Amino acid sequence: MPNKISNPPLDERSNFLRSLVVRALQGGNRGHIGSSMSLIEILRVLFDDILKFKSNDPSWEDRDRLILSKGHGCLALYALLADKEFFSLSELDKFCHNDGMLGGHPERNKIPGVEASTGALGHGLSIGVGMALACKIRKKSSKVFVIVGDGEINEGSVWEAAMCAGNHNLENLIVMIDYNKIQSYGFTKEVADLEPLVDKWKAFNFNVSEVDGHNIEDIRSVLKKKSSKKPLAVICHTVKGKGIGFAENDPKWHHKSNLEDSDIKDMYKSLKAEI
Amino acid sequence: MRPTSLNCVYELAQKDERVIFIGSDLGPGVLDDFKKNIPERFFMEGVAEQHIVGMAAGMALEGFIPYVNTIATFLTRRCFEQNMIDLGLHRTNVRLISNGGGLVYAPLGPTHLAIEDISIMRTIPNMTIVSPADANEMRRFMMQTIDYEGPIYIRLAKGYDPIVTPDDIPFKIGKALKVQDGNDVLLVTTGITLGIAKEVSDVLKKENINCSILHMHTLKPIDEEALIQSSNEVQSVITLEEHTIVGGLGSACAELILEEGINIKNFKRIGINDLFPSGYGSQADMMKRNGLSVENVISTIKTFSK
Repeated sequence: MPNKISNPPLDERSNFLRSLVVRALQGGNRGHIGSSMSLIEILRVLFDDILKFKSNDPSWEDRDRLILSKGHGCLALYALLADKEFFSLSELDKFCHNDGMLGGHPERNKIPGVEASTGALGHGLSIGVGMALACKIRKKSSKVFVIVGDGEINEGSVWEAAMCAGNHNLENLIVMIDYNKIQSYGFTKEVADLEPLVDKWKAFNFNVSEVDGHNIEDIRSVLKKKSSKKPLAVICHTVKGKGIGFAENDPKWHHKSNLEDSDIKDMYKSLKAEI
Repeated sequence: MRPTSLNCVYELAQKDERVIFIGSDLGPGVLDDFKKNIPERFFMEGVAEQHIVGMAAGMALEGFIPYVNTIATFLTRRCFEQNMIDLGLHRTNVRLISNGGGLVYAPLGPTHLAIEDISIMRTIPNMTIVSPADANEMRRFMMQTIDYEGPIYIRLAKGYDPIVTPDDIPFKIGKALKVQDGNDVLLVTTGITLGIAKEVSDVLKKENINCSILHMHTLKPIDEEALIQSSNEVQSVITLEEHTIVGGLGSACAELILEEGINIKNFKRIGINDLFPSGYGSQADMMKRNGLSVENVISTIKTFSK
């Protein structure tokens, strides 16, 4: 399999969005760092260029649906939702607080813009399939995007859902795999090797694209292509912890609690953002 | 009871465009008319119970009312997390119709006996659990499932059970059915055990022992008021369930009676003990072997202190 990582430098907007993640990490003094940083460009392209939404009317009927099935990457989602004014940026400072709206996994009905409460892995794709079928029954043009993690797709239920999506030719369903190659314990290659991953999704009747998950142009062009009669799987080759130099590709930075002030300072420094 | 339940889904689907049917590789021919006439809302998916529960939740979040049907054990044991999160936490309007609640699949052995489904589902906040006694009660109940908020677990007993419910008392989800008054022993039933209770009562009446019968078709939310009132009128309470005695009807009644400080002399849960029932045979055979018989209920009552 070709390694699709071209590793482009992060631009100002990507660094800014990451600084929002760091702001929430500081607020909660904890969080899934690596798992959130690998998601930033995927979510940025979705919210900037692809998704139909109204942040002042989150349940607008004609919106596209986005489910972050790997709920532990929620800090990246919160950064984008706050940036798009679904809620105030100051909510990030109350991440995981007693009176905060934003918890360690996203919850529907509490957070505007969150379509499903996720965190227990392997649920989001089935829910997305249900939503995609519902849109088809109602003859609506809305699309359903589901972001899954590479560790997450160890779950059998993901493949039950994939089999069903392929069988129903759900061309309005797009699965994006955050393939950062590291799960909680260590490298996916060692814990539960996913390869050949392209073949797996093809075998389940998906169209498959591979992209550099940090290359804005790359992601955008794949998502802007006209859909054919199959669901689409976009394998996004990403770097766990992307943008925080010392956390990149290090399983120890999957999740951290009791963050020191110096950790936060170092993260901002790494992003070249203002402290 | 099973054909009635599924036919009701078709009837409801004809009236209401939100109704969807989802089966998991059921037998050939199930709801053929539904499939023929409303194909866009008929789904027969593969052997993938976890997935169809999540898929149903996704449809419900979009405003549909999916009725999911397959074997009880797979809908409860296997899908527990989907039931808890996709249905309970999201409070989705999904209806789970479970085939073979209790000992229906006796010949198929322990992998297919759904004798802890009620305990499992009771732990899920927002979940409603209904276990009708016969096809008539099933029909009265099913018609109320459209305009009801939150997920419902529907326990099907075997088909063609005798009709034991009175048809002059209207059905209401969450409202227990007082089938008979009496001041000696209260028999609390759910599902087809109502039939046993009525036979027990008929026999004991001749011996001047008067049974009160409270049919708890809705196990959650349990009708606390009816149970408190009925328990206050008797010396002894017996719960009858085609289910383990751990965590089901008997447990729910014991919890309430004890916490309310109701003064009764005797309390007994009759159901399946905390074990895997052995042997095969018919549902009726297995019920008898596990104490769910008229004779065992009567002999239990006769051991009670006065």
